[in-house]
Amino acid sequence: MTEQVASITVSAQNLCRDFGKYVAVRGVNLELKRGEVLGLLGPNGAGKTTTMRMLTGNLAPSSGSMEICGVDFLDKPREAKAFIGYLPETPPLYQEMTVDEYLKFVAKLHRMAYHTICAALDNVKPRCGLDDMGKRLISTLSKGYQQRVGIAQAIIHDPDVIILDEPTVGLDPNQMREIRTLIRELGAVRSVILSTHILSEVEAVCDRVQIMHQGRIVFSDTLAGLKQREADLEEIFSQLTASNEHAGSY
Amino acid sequence: MIATIAWKELKVLFSSPLAWTLLALMQLVFAWIFLGRLDAFLEIQSQLMLIANPPGVTEIIIVPVFAMAAIVLLMITPLLTMRLLAEERRNHTLILLISAPVTITDIILGKFVGLMIFFIGMIALVIGLSITLLVGGTLDFGLLLSNIVGLLLVAACFASLGLYISSLTDNPAIAAAGSLGLLLGLWVVDIVASDMDSFARNFSLLKHYENFNRGMIDTFSIAYFILFIITFLILTIRRLDGERLHG
Repeated sequence: MTEQVASITVSAQNLCRDFGKYVAVRGVNLELKRGEVLGLLGPNGAGKTTTMRMLTGNLAPSSGSMEICGVDFLDKPREAKAFIGYLPETPPLYQEMTVDEYLKFVAKLHRMAYHTICAALDNVKPRCGLDDMGKRLISTLSKGYQQRVGIAQAIIHDPDVIILDEPTVGLDPNQMREIRTLIRELGAVRSVILSTHILSEVEAVCDRVQIMHQGRIVFSDTLAGLKQREADLEEIFSQLTASNEHAGSY
Repeated sequence: MIATIAWKELKVLFSSPLAWTLLALMQLVFAWIFLGRLDAFLEIQSQLMLIANPPGVTEIIIVPVFAMAAIVLLMITPLLTMRLLAEERRNHTLILLISAPVTITDIILGKFVGLMIFFIGMIALVIGLSITLLVGGTLDFGLLLSNIVGLLLVAACFASLGLYISSLTDNPAIAAAGSLGLLLGLWVVDIVASDMDSFARNFSLLKHYENFNRGMIDTFSIAYFILFIITFLILTIRRLDGERLHG
């Protein structure tokens, strides 16, 4: 680890977000290096999605600062967004477009030059298992394939930071395995933030894990560290998040 | 970026039967009125000869078609604008646009331009209908041009208002009902205040359109239309921006 200083791609300090009286995220710090996969764990309503929406510019933080690849998000949102690929909880698909049309549109939205779009399309479709699906209407695809189109959409412009909100929901075990392989592949040279409920998924894919509960990061460690201490992720998770379940976050 | 989003809007619009059905039905309506007026013109043509300085074919046939076109546009605009933001929100696709490195202004203008291209196509159909009269004579091109400009501006007003209403809700049906209600309201203002020279009349879209319809290009009307369009576009942008900040 000492031979290279890994560049920091995502750095968020003290992110807070409230919705009126309700505080969804309070003081979250995130730091992510290139070539790292971060698993964001937490029970429903812990603030994972809100954090991700802030990191992708869909929500403005109430306070705190974010930098993506050295670009201040609040100062230059457009430049910062260009580094990010985002798959929300529900894949943002236009049902009336074909897969090719849709991916081309996303590529154009990310200001890719016309001649690079076709190459990017040919690159991304096999990676997401969409080889023969180019001409199919998105509305006719199964849930699993729609999810893959969603992932393809997030990586087509070759972003440095990939943010995936529960990417394996609704997939069958084989597809889950494929997607996990893909995430590991992507994580080799990029930064990936992955939110999930599935603990085994974190163990299979992530380098580092952070557990959120009631808007706070309550646990943060590398998986290697966990292994060294022979700690069980599931035990830690239930210990940290089961307590004061109904206390609420008001 | 604006072009990319406009292109996508058109693609989505024309991939559903809605756009085609609307275009076909509207052409039917316009042709019906056009032929009706043509018939009337041919009947009274001999009497018109007797008057000094008689109204021409443009005034008798084309002007009523354009007057009707504005009303038809008022009816169908809500159907087209309801999708623009309400449906994107419902299908969770708005996230895609907002996460992409484009500004909210780009998104809104893209959608507006996309819809305007559709309207231009539709107005071109009306113009095409009018041009066929050249077979039998000549047209008053000044009057035709003033009608075209007026219809374009009034269509842009409808579009910007519809876009704003669509940004307020995630239910397309409510967006459609809301825009139709407001647009009808702006029309009724004219009827309510028609006999008096009241202040309220200045707010009526169709009263301003009437000037263009008569061949009078009034700078007050142009200014009103342009302010109307800009106001609602800015309101839409602010609304989407505010959602990011507050909601």
